[in-house]
Amino acid sequence: MSLSRFAQIFPPERLLTSAAHLSAYESDALTAFHSRPVAVVVPESADEVIAAVRLCRELGMPFVARGSGTSLSGGSLPVAGGIVIALNRLNRILKLDATERIAVVEPGVVNTQVTLAAQPFGLHYAPDPSSQTICTIGGNVAFNSGGAHCLKYGMTSNHVLGIKAVLATGEVVEFGGPSRESIGPDYTGLFVGSEGLFGIALEITLQLLPRAECFHTVLAGYRTLEEAGDAVSAVVASGLLPGALEIMDALAIQAAEAAVQSGYPKGCEAVLIVELEGPREKVAAERPALDALLAASKPIESRVAANAAERAKIWKGRKSAFSAVGRLSPDFIVQDGVVPRQRLGEALRRISEMAREAGIRVANVFHAGDGNLHPLILYDGRESGALERAEELAGRILKMCVAMGGSLTGEHGIGVEKRAYLPDMFSADEIALMHRIRAAFDPLGIANPGKMFPGGDAPALVQHGLHPLEKSGVISRE
Amino acid sequence: MKTPSTVAEVADIIRSSKRVLAVGAQTKPRLSQVPDEVTLISMRNLSGIVEYDPGEFTFTAFAGTPLREIVATLAAQGQYLPFDPPLVESGATIGGTVAAGLSGPGRFRYGGLRDFILAVRFLDGNGTQLRGGAKVVKNAAGFDIPKFLVGSLGRFGVLTEVTFKVFPCPPALMTFEIPCANAAEAAAHIAKAASGRWEFDALDYDGTRILARLRGPQEALDLLAADILNCWPAAKRADNAVWDGIREWRFVGADGLLVKIPVTLRKLPALEAILQARNMALHVVGGSVAYAYHSNVSYSETLNEALVEVSLGGLTLRGFGARLCHGDSHHSAVAQSLKLAFDPCHRLGA
Ligand SMILES: Cc1cc2nc3c(=O)[nH]c(=O)nc-3n(C[C@H](O)[C@H](O)[C@H](O)COP(=O)(O)OP(=O)(O)OC[C@H]3O[C@@H](n4cnc5c(N)ncnc54)[C@H](O)[C@@H]3O)c2cc1C
Repeated sequence: MSLSRFAQIFPPERLLTSAAHLSAYESDALTAFHSRPVAVVVPESADEVIAAVRLCRELGMPFVARGSGTSLSGGSLPVAGGIVIALNRLNRILKLDATERIAVVEPGVVNTQVTLAAQPFGLHYAPDPSSQTICTIGGNVAFNSGGAHCLKYGMTSNHVLGIKAVLATGEVVEFGGPSRESIGPDYTGLFVGSEGLFGIALEITLQLLPRAECFHTVLAGYRTLEEAGDAVSAVVASGLLPGALEIMDALAIQAAEAAVQSGYPKGCEAVLIVELEGPREKVAAERPALDALLAASKPIESRVAANAAERAKIWKGRKSAFSAVGRLSPDFIVQDGVVPRQRLGEALRRISEMAREAGIRVANVFHAGDGNLHPLILYDGRESGALERAEELAGRILKMCVAMGGSLTGEHGIGVEKRAYLPDMFSADEIALMHRIRAAFDPLGIANPGKMFPGGDAPALVQHGLHPLEKSGVISRE
Repeated sequence: MKTPSTVAEVADIIRSSKRVLAVGAQTKPRLSQVPDEVTLISMRNLSGIVEYDPGEFTFTAFAGTPLREIVATLAAQGQYLPFDPPLVESGATIGGTVAAGLSGPGRFRYGGLRDFILAVRFLDGNGTQLRGGAKVVKNAAGFDIPKFLVGSLGRFGVLTEVTFKVFPCPPALMTFEIPCANAAEAAAHIAKAASGRWEFDALDYDGTRILARLRGPQEALDLLAADILNCWPAAKRADNAVWDGIREWRFVGADGLLVKIPVTLRKLPALEAILQARNMALHVVGGSVAYAYHSNVSYSETLNEALVEVSLGGLTLRGFGARLCHGDSHHSAVAQSLKLAFDPCHRLGA
């Protein structure tokens, strides 16, 4: 039996095979899907990861890399008959070079740890997904994760300078390096966002940026979503480049308020968070223009964070929105489509119409500056057919985003969840090229199979319930 | 040289040729120096801005569009490409800039060309028309083919159309210079400036001085200037026009030698020594990429050997007959498999 071969690499306490152990790995944050792997291996060194991947290749056995399992698209869902390679113990920051402003990290390092390590040098790691206190850099790399500052600073890909990885062929490669420039083609750029289909990142070189000296964070509440959207258009047209432009709708505000009491203004259909940042002289010079613009947008109430604590409070409401929505509904699906920014208003109107027709509640939280929607589709999995209806609505929303000239996903990845829609965005020839690219890295198709591309075995669906990590008390929605 | 006017014609040329290389205005002549059997495809006639909506912060242009036209169109709407594509006045095209993978001084602040490219249309080695990416400022669907093609030198596809993210252009800019005796001193200045509060927009080193640039509202720059001059007693204000010469690579003539060398601050002194020993000068952008040059092509293979020794690599942009790629020549197996994925018959590239 092949597991005995893994036992030659991993001691019993790091080769998990019992049902009790495996159940914690059956799902990621797309809790509707679950699948039990044959085993979970827990390497403590890059060499163990390489050995495990090479053995998988020899055995033709599928493997799924896993960071913290917070993927919202089923990216880290195990593959039946395969193993999970859990990377949380590869959590060392190998190097932090303040002169070069880079960090070299293992894949299991948690996102916020990088910024914490960089802080004493006045530096930070820019990508900040809302899950940043738990998700790993390896997961961020696989999904090209975003956050609230993407318009100005880009996504994970824009901050990854180099990657050492073991490919599904067993080959160990080093792409890019410590320099911010390279000579193409850009293999590092291709690896980021490959959703675990190429192999496993072992060492990642990240660029660090100086922390902005000063922030001007404004929270404005509006009577309608449309008014909040108009305010965003006015900001964009003004020539300012805010670090963040975020909107939450009434349902999301209600959820966030119940969860973390950020003190968002009452009676609003939408709140907008706008943040200017930079040297104090620059923020002071830009502030009057933003304040005038926002005053002209007629908010019910607008509030400026007077200090770091008030700023943190405003952001806490926004960052907790996903998990807070869990309080409104036993189950939900998060969508992640992108539309051209100026069509946000139209997209939101159509989402609310579709939701009304379907009789489903949808909360909206979104990155307004870059047109990245996050409709949270609420359902109760105990009701028969509820999950299917929610998924159908999710699918209609995705198709709408693509038809409007946007994208299926801004930052959560295709995963299992959106794979059927890939042909809505790309032609058969384009998908064929992506298959060929995948095959160059993974000719046997053993790295995270069944993800991104349409077809393949459908994983089992559970109609309702908590994330396995929630059940085991590792994460919670508060 | 073939000069097609439609994408279909380009596809026909690819299919009917043994080997092809797409070229723009040939402002980086070493990149289009090819053996006789390679057919050059001029993209000159596939030119023009296809879509530009300032409110979206994006534009799409045919690959043969001159940068000059793009920069002017954006400027008319108060926008710009923050990575400062080089050779704007010299006639470079956007497609050639992508394939060569070139950014200018502004790459320091918000990243290089790779960080602003959003989508591409291209033809693979079979002449099949394909797209990658999406024409919106944020997208994570499918593999990031647009990024992969940056710096690919026409070996993986013939670009026909590109989409970029743009930013609003800050209203004013201000330039400072700080004299430096050598690269070690320059690296120390750059390290200090780069992690400080000032948010420099560019930090170049030209062999004798640091050239630093700020962008933003004029009143903020005036205040920041006082603080900067205080922190660097040797610094003084310099003419903004200095950036025009850097952008057009006026430091080296069209028939000189010019090699792009990605570098780090720590390796800068070693690189400077290697170049000085060969009578070459350097211009360093953002502490991360050096342009090594010489006024005539007096190329010596020892340059490559010396770079390999300190684990640096390089790409020759100008210099007839000089080695194209410098550095470790080891190619991963996956690099070869990827070439086949895009170009199974080995038709593309010099
Ligand atoms: C409450 C909540 C809020 C969120 N907010 C955001 C947000 O604001 N922005 C955003 O972009 N995402 C967000 N996410 C989604 C998720 O956190 C990100 O996708 C994150 O990057 C996943 O990291 P992880 O460590 O949990 O990876 P996992 O879920 O464990 O894995 C994700 C994918 O990465 C692959 N992978 C993991 N490690 C490696 C490796 N070393 N090499 C190769 N492949 C690897 C896996 O196979 C899988 O395909 C949120 C999720 C939750 C639950």
